[in-house]
Amino acid sequence: MTGTAMDLVWLVPALPLLGFLLNGALALSGTRLKGAVTAIGVGSVLASLGVTVFVVRALAAAHPEAAVVFHYWDWMPVGTLQVGYDLQVDQLSAVMMLIVTGVGSLIHIFSVGYMHDDEGYARYFAFLNLFVFFMLTLVLGANFPVTFVGWEGVGLCSYLLIGFWFTEKMNADAGKKAFIMNRIGDFGFLVAMFMIWQYTGSLDYSTVFAKAPVALAAGGGAVTGITLLLFLGCTGKSAQIPLYTWLPDAMAGPTPVSALIHAATMVTAGVFLVARSNVLFALAPTSQAVVAGVGALTALFAATIALKQWDIKRVLAYSTVSQLGYMFVGVGTGAMAAGIFHLATHAFFKALLFLGSGSVIHAMHHAYHATHAHEDAQDMRNMGGLARFLPWTATLMWIATLAIAGIPPFSGFFSKDEILGAAFARGTGQPLWYLYWGFGLAAALLTAFYMTRLMLYTFHGPNRTGAREQVHLHEAPWVMTGPLVVLGALSLAGGVLNLPALVGGHAWLERWLEPVTAAGAALVPAHELAHTTEWVLIGIAVAIGLAGIIGAWRLLDLTTLVPARDAKPETGLGRVLWKKWYVDEIYDAVIVRPILWVSNKVLWRVVDVGVVDGAGVNGTAGLSRILGWLGSRLQTGELGFYAVMFVVGVVFVLARALR
Amino acid sequence: MFLGPSLAVSAVLFAIGTAGVLLRRNAIVIFMCVELMLNAVNLTFVAFAQRLGVSGQIFVFFVMAVAAAEAAVGLAVILAVYRHKETVDLQHINLLKG
Repeated sequence: MTGTAMDLVWLVPALPLLGFLLNGALALSGTRLKGAVTAIGVGSVLASLGVTVFVVRALAAAHPEAAVVFHYWDWMPVGTLQVGYDLQVDQLSAVMMLIVTGVGSLIHIFSVGYMHDDEGYARYFAFLNLFVFFMLTLVLGANFPVTFVGWEGVGLCSYLLIGFWFTEKMNADAGKKAFIMNRIGDFGFLVAMFMIWQYTGSLDYSTVFAKAPVALAAGGGAVTGITLLLFLGCTGKSAQIPLYTWLPDAMAGPTPVSALIHAATMVTAGVFLVARSNVLFALAPTSQAVVAGVGALTALFAATIALKQWDIKRVLAYSTVSQLGYMFVGVGTGAMAAGIFHLATHAFFKALLFLGSGSVIHAMHHAYHATHAHEDAQDMRNMGGLARFLPWTATLMWIATLAIAGIPPFSGFFSKDEILGAAFARGTGQPLWYLYWGFGLAAALLTAFYMTRLMLYTFHGPNRTGAREQVHLHEAPWVMTGPLVVLGALSLAGGVLNLPALVGGHAWLERWLEPVTAAGAALVPAHELAHTTEWVLIGIAVAIGLAGIIGAWRLLDLTTLVPARDAKPETGLGRVLWKKWYVDEIYDAVIVRPILWVSNKVLWRVVDVGVVDGAGVNGTAGLSRILGWLGSRLQTGELGFYAVMFVVGVVFVLARALR
Repeated sequence: MFLGPSLAVSAVLFAIGTAGVLLRRNAIVIFMCVELMLNAVNLTFVAFAQRLGVSGQIFVFFVMAVAAAEAAVGLAVILAVYRHKETVDLQHINLLKG
């Protein structure tokens, strides 16, 4: 207990948990009291945000060098393994808490409008509150197991919310896919925890990171193994190659869920984990190269797929995968602050983009609903010219687009530039990093291109929705546009969080995070760039971003686009990109089908039927029968034979007794 | 006095009796062999009684009494079986065989 507002930190996750319990009870009771559900669902997260603000203010006032750990109860007291239910307040968890509760509150408010007519209104808010609880547990945990509980919990909520409209098989399948792919990653996380325990004898963050430089040889196999296994967990949760394919499918859930879970918070958990374990990663240069390499590759790869998607949410999903790749380039390079900075700005502009697309889908859905048409409300080929009908949404989404494209002075420019600068700086020692930088630049070009494409197809050119439907298109209610405006302001001005010294800023976020990142940063040689080099890099990045936007503007012909039902199939490379490089098909052929084949032909027909049923169950029965048959041969029914056996027995016993 | 030879005779008699019980099939003969075994035991009692006191000889009377009772019951059973089956060959008396 510190005697400050930080003592209240337990309330931060507890309030959403209370919201979940109350809303869960309301959902089970089948109530129609939407007012109560809204008050509990939104109120609990807003209250949590309020407490967070007090906690962070107290932290800023104290500004401790070490994390403030609160021990609530002993959880796993097993011999020398002492794991408590501990929460820790430090600069990193403070940033994450603010993002989760802040962006979370806005998305909760937006959901009030978006989900207004849904049957499962109470169930929706119960799950959303539960998600916020687990996400806060994840970021506040003071040891690996508590973080892991949150890690698993957000995965569960993700599953529940992707399959929210579970009556359609496709949605339920998408939920299962997300859950199963995450399990693969979780396996890595678990094994990493076992190894950390084996080498350092503890799972508490403070102890592990203090002991790590001594207990684990820098660059050795142990620390490389631990970090790579942790990163395997991150590839699952944060949708990186090779486990990214669940995220685009996760768009089957309600759009605010995509914004909250699959863009702003949960999928950044991997980035958070790497930043949290920065000491371990700093000890393993190989792992750093892998993390940054996978990130760079994912950033470019996902961006190419986004070029040819027609579903507005799928474009944003691949964009999220790509931007998460950027964050991993940042944290992999050792520029933890840059990675967290991009995590924050991305939370703003990507949440805005998703909620904006939600507003578009809302309008499209209402228009089609009013005319009883059965067209795809998410296909951009059915949109066009929506800026006339949804001026607020269009304006705000343009802000987010410019932010993600890296155009100054929008927030994304600063964070993306910082990551690319850090990668370039690391290249002075290891040329590999120049390649990552190149990948990042190429991805930036594609990002600007596909985002401009999305905006042009959705909001500009002639309208393709249909003459009868057009009259029903309208802007969303204020409860939905309000959060968009706040996020728009954040996307516009988020850069001030970490304004680089180059343009007269104080790198506030970087200095704020220093107590957390210092231990790791001390282990990695610093790479400073000359100011002229930095200006050149900024110039290149901005030129690339502008080139993408102008290129899209010039190359795309809005007049010839036809609605989805009249569209001709893609050909050539366009088809490959539209089919997402056939990765799902390849996974199906290389992994799913062989597993099914082995399960069917070998595990079922040979192992189960042959070994378990045959040798095991029937074999035991057969053995008993043979022994029984042998025994029954003794029962001849011949008295003489019995008597002989009796005499033999007596002689035998006497012989033994008299010896 | 004569303990060794007496016990030897007793053992031989007992073995003959046992062999008869095991090998013969006629119920009457088997019955007689059982009597032979009892008498072999009686001989042992008497032989040891010379050295260890008269209680062995008392036992012999008990055995004779029990053997007489047994002979009465046993022969009655055999007669009953013969009336029923017209044979005393044990091979054919297998009603209880499963």
